[in-house]
Amino acid sequence: MSVFQPAALIAADWWALGAVIALSVGVMALLLLEFLPSGPRSGRGAIVALLTLAAAGWSVFRVRDVRRTLFEGMFLHDGFTVFFTLLFCAVAAIAVLQSWDYARRTGINHGEYYALMLSATLGMILMAASNDLITIFLGLELMSLALYILVGFRRGRLDSSEAALKYFLLGAFASGFLLYGIALLYGATGTTNLGRMAAFLADSPMLGNPLLLVGGLLVLAGFAFKVAAVPFHMWTPDAYEGAPTTVTGFMSAGAKAAGFAALLRLLVVALPGLAVDWRPLLTWIAILTMTVGNVTALLQTNLKRMLAYSSIAHAGYLLVAVVAGGLAGGSAALFYLAVYSLMNLGAFGVLSLLGREREERVMLGDLAGLGTRHPALALAMTVFMLSLGGIPPTAGFMGKVYVFSTAVDAGLIPLVIVGVLNSVVSIYYYLRVTVVMYMREPEGEPVEIAWAAPAVLATVVTLGLTLWWGIQASGLLEQAQKSIMALL
Amino acid sequence: VNETPWLSWLVFFPLLCAVLIAVVPGISGRTLRWLATLASLAELAFSLPLWWRYQPGEPGWQFVEQVPWIPGLGATYHMGADGVGVLLALLTTVLTPIVIVSAWSAVEKREREFYALLLALEAGMLGTFFALDLLLFYVFWEAMLIPMYLLIGVWGGPRRVYAAMKFFLYTMAGSVLMLVAILWLYFHNRAVTGVPTFALDAFYALPLDPAQQTWLFLAFAFAFAIKVPMFPLHTWLPDAHVEAPTAGSVILAAVLLKMGTFGYVRFAMPLFPSASAEFTPWIVGLALVGIVYGALVAMVQPDLKKLVAYSSVSHLGFCMLGLYALNPQGMAGGMMTMLNHGVSTGALFLLVGVIYERRHTRMIADFGGLWKTMPVYASVFLIVTLSSIGLPGTNGFVGEFLVLLGAFRTNPMWAIIAATGVILSALYMLWMYQRVFFGPVTRPENETLKDLTGRERLVFAPLIILVFWMGVFPQPILDRAQPTLDRTIALCKARLEMTATATAVGRAASVAPPPGEAR
Repeated sequence: MSVFQPAALIAADWWALGAVIALSVGVMALLLLEFLPSGPRSGRGAIVALLTLAAAGWSVFRVRDVRRTLFEGMFLHDGFTVFFTLLFCAVAAIAVLQSWDYARRTGINHGEYYALMLSATLGMILMAASNDLITIFLGLELMSLALYILVGFRRGRLDSSEAALKYFLLGAFASGFLLYGIALLYGATGTTNLGRMAAFLADSPMLGNPLLLVGGLLVLAGFAFKVAAVPFHMWTPDAYEGAPTTVTGFMSAGAKAAGFAALLRLLVVALPGLAVDWRPLLTWIAILTMTVGNVTALLQTNLKRMLAYSSIAHAGYLLVAVVAGGLAGGSAALFYLAVYSLMNLGAFGVLSLLGREREERVMLGDLAGLGTRHPALALAMTVFMLSLGGIPPTAGFMGKVYVFSTAVDAGLIPLVIVGVLNSVVSIYYYLRVTVVMYMREPEGEPVEIAWAAPAVLATVVTLGLTLWWGIQASGLLEQAQKSIMALL
Repeated sequence: VNETPWLSWLVFFPLLCAVLIAVVPGISGRTLRWLATLASLAELAFSLPLWWRYQPGEPGWQFVEQVPWIPGLGATYHMGADGVGVLLALLTTVLTPIVIVSAWSAVEKREREFYALLLALEAGMLGTFFALDLLLFYVFWEAMLIPMYLLIGVWGGPRRVYAAMKFFLYTMAGSVLMLVAILWLYFHNRAVTGVPTFALDAFYALPLDPAQQTWLFLAFAFAFAIKVPMFPLHTWLPDAHVEAPTAGSVILAAVLLKMGTFGYVRFAMPLFPSASAEFTPWIVGLALVGIVYGALVAMVQPDLKKLVAYSSVSHLGFCMLGLYALNPQGMAGGMMTMLNHGVSTGALFLLVGVIYERRHTRMIADFGGLWKTMPVYASVFLIVTLSSIGLPGTNGFVGEFLVLLGAFRTNPMWAIIAATGVILSALYMLWMYQRVFFGPVTRPENETLKDLTGRERLVFAPLIILVFWMGVFPQPILDRAQPTLDRTIALCKARLEMTATATAVGRAASVAPPPGEAR
């Protein structure tokens, strides 16, 4: 191969790369700042992280209507990238706001915490922006490695370390699958670039080739692991439970969205020719994921585990949109990802407020009596639960309507029926949270709330968007439709 | 077309009041109760013009409002009213203040949330009656579950959590399939006409072949049958009614159950007439079973509230029978029975609530001879009982008579079976009345019971007036409902013919492709 050509970048390219650059600078700044001692209650890390994220989001937002291909087609700046970059920046910013006090309270307020969060965000953005399997893998590893550490960040706690180890071991396996799959795809098509792969497959006798199919299957397995789809979901409850609550929220929203971003690009751009092969497979994975996630969530008493299984179920709903495919399916997936990220972050944000100092009060019973003692917080949690369950007038309902409608349009009625029945099952465990909050009295000491302004702000923002998108979904819908156009 | 968005105002004014009551700090006790009462009375005042401004003779929807909502999907915020919607909306706005005043002494904990939820519920119910866009209808239809669920779950009896959950899950399970059907209709309509819309009028004009209708009808009918509730899907009802606080039971019986029958009149029957006709034997059969079964089970209930709950199953069976007679008399009877049931059963639940507040028991065996200690209460109870039985001169008679008339015209056998329900209802109601009010006072606690207070008399006065007014002079109500019901029947017939022609044409040519392949 030839020597890497120095890229000739115009101004728009610099703005487009702004997010990547800003986040890289932010990570390094955070690490360097650690040389200057700061108190354990310092808000420096959070402030730097927020500024970085704002700069990153702003930079990409400035050139949102430009379409550029950079670095030999490895990095794409299009509507899709912009949508996900802004989503990831928002998710990370909300997670930082939630962490601000949580990290201080639980004694994990080190500069690295925010540096890792930013590098995970960077990885997510790369996954969404990459048009090449190698860079997708690069982004995925950057994200995953940062998340492995973040999951185990509460070093003093056994469950945190256990979760990190489990997540790391299984994640390493999945990465191996993915990489092997990439190698096979490369072997079959002679390229790792998604666009060229599609062009090669367009009129090629390779379509039925086992090399290609196995490669695609392995890549699919790798992504299924990242988005926590059955049967690659085993790590989810443990990792979600052991991780610091704010990290759980961050990874449940960000990592899943990033996984789906890369998966969508891969399936829609590179492998539409294989749709006959991956569509039935993903249909079954979607059915299994929804059902296993929801049914298992029924049995949970730990809220973090419950939300972990719920996030598995939501991966199933998202897969329904992916299976439906096309413009509508893609935009439904984008819409749902944005909605899901916000409402899930909101729910974890409420959980992160529970408990004093280092204690973790995330059992279902800990919420007892919350409706009387902290009505505002209980109301917020109720809205998040109803939204996750898909009850109007919340964003979750609009998301489900949109996802299921595209599937109906694609003629997938049985899949839709499985999906809606699943959402009835899910109502049971989401409502149980409201039952405990409003209809039970606390046994033992009622839970303390660690109020903190940044976390309250994060809750208000997520709550506002969850309600707003439920009442007026039009704006987000148009953005999602516009963004998915970039792929087709 | 009128300029002021009046229906929206009707829907969102109570919601606004609910939010204010929930968030404004420092109001409690008396102030709070008065605020809630005034809010509901103001809403009633706003809604009264529906009665005289509605033009029964004019076809189509009235007071229509339409603004874009989700242009990307073609969903619009589309509100409008017809005769059925107007009457049910008035029933809602009349009952809400009554219920709120009745709760003044009954609700002791978390009053603020209680009144806020009642007002929010009112908003949801009105929205459901007025929505002309199916997506909007569905939003109101499901959003309404939340306040009702909380009312049962927080302020209910000992098994309130179970009952609230059961209520929510049953209703939800039915309605999600309806959502799938709505989405299918939407895409089918888009494939046929090229216009993405959830507008009810567009679906009214959409030809559907019988096979499609069958599935769509089942999805809709299942959702509504749970809500009605029709035998054998009624099992959530006794639980919800018995555990709910009095105010919740009243609203549940008076308005929420009507959503089911309303759904048949507005959606399931006119949209899918051939399937509706095909399933008529089943639905009428279940309605008849419900009439007799509800009455028989009511007879053996030891608990007053459960008795009233099962009597609801029986009465709603009458509604369904009237509607499915599919002639003007039957339809009008069904409509009247909906309103009557709202008034009478609402009043019965309120009466049970009164006695429960005083004695903290609802067992029939704990009472006896109340006529002596509570004469006013006993008289009110007697009037309501007679209205529930359907004594001529009360509202119940008009509805039942028309239903039986309509049923007889379609199939005399239906009327004969249903008539046994009338007899049975007299039996269980009067027997209950006898055990509670006549004879000697058997328990010492009952000797010092206080009769109805001034506030309680005020609660029952409008209901008693309604009982007699609707019984003696029902014509103004029928005048408002009849043109709409006639149009519904005409629409059913027209669509039936349209289906028949389409099928004939379809057999000749080829069948239209389903929407999935049409893309």
